[in-house]
Amino acid sequence: MTTAADKEELFIAKEQDVVPLRNLVKEYGVKIGMGILNQTKLITATSELVRNLLKYGGGGRVIIESVTNGRDFGVRVVFIDKGPGIKDINLAMQDGYSTGKSLGLGLPGTKRLVNEFDIQTELGNGTTVTIIKWKNG
Amino acid sequence: MERIPILKMGDFLLVTIQVDLYDQLAENLESDLINAIKKNNSKGVLIDISAVSIIDSFMGRILGNIAVMSKIMDAQTVVVGMQPAVAITLVELGLSLNGVISALNVEKGMDLLRSKMYNGDKEEQAYDDSSR
Repeated sequence: MTTAADKEELFIAKEQDVVPLRNLVKEYGVKIGMGILNQTKLITATSELVRNLLKYGGGGRVIIESVTNGRDFGVRVVFIDKGPGIKDINLAMQDGYSTGKSLGLGLPGTKRLVNEFDIQTELGNGTTVTIIKWKNG
Repeated sequence: MERIPILKMGDFLLVTIQVDLYDQLAENLESDLINAIKKNNSKGVLIDISAVSIIDSFMGRILGNIAVMSKIMDAQTVVVGMQPAVAITLVELGLSLNGVISALNVEKGMDLLRSKMYNGDKEEQAYDDSSR
């Protein structure tokens, strides 16, 4: 079971908001002693997901938490938007698929960078993406 | 609006990215650089990313765009100083940065740009000789 300790929440409304968010995620990684490579992967994943949050969800909330599963410590980041949701989630998780003008690496690429990846979406009700990066993951 | 400075050094342009990039900033850099190549008649662009701690798919794409665009404008682009963690993350993300020439540090990058100019001249020379 994963239990959470510290927790912080940020509202993301514009592109520049990504910079303080990345710094906060890094802080959480440093706090649990995460190495530079895993930090970089976690921050890059955050950067990808926050772009989706802005581009497709019109902004939203991001929750950052320190978590532990008893064996390892990690950082969980949750991205919540109230946008239109994703029509075909399997298609969106495919490499190279994009409805926008991007490369379509966002979701599948992000999944490769983290240890746990969960996406919940409902048409008309928004999308919630949860990622966890373990310190030794 | 925030901008990343572009320095002119002879035939080359030098860009040192010292701040955290976000999408608009990267897009501004792309257009500023292409305009600067035209204005200064530059033959090479050196982009130092040693202070950049993360590059995601968007910024990676911008770097690729800059390399391709500058090539069309007859200038070479060399990206220098990528941190190991950034390189590993980029490849795992699925971005291989095809077409982007890189060097370990600014010094090696400058050498690479110079050698490319020099070799370019030599090729032309060789072509001239054979046509005679």
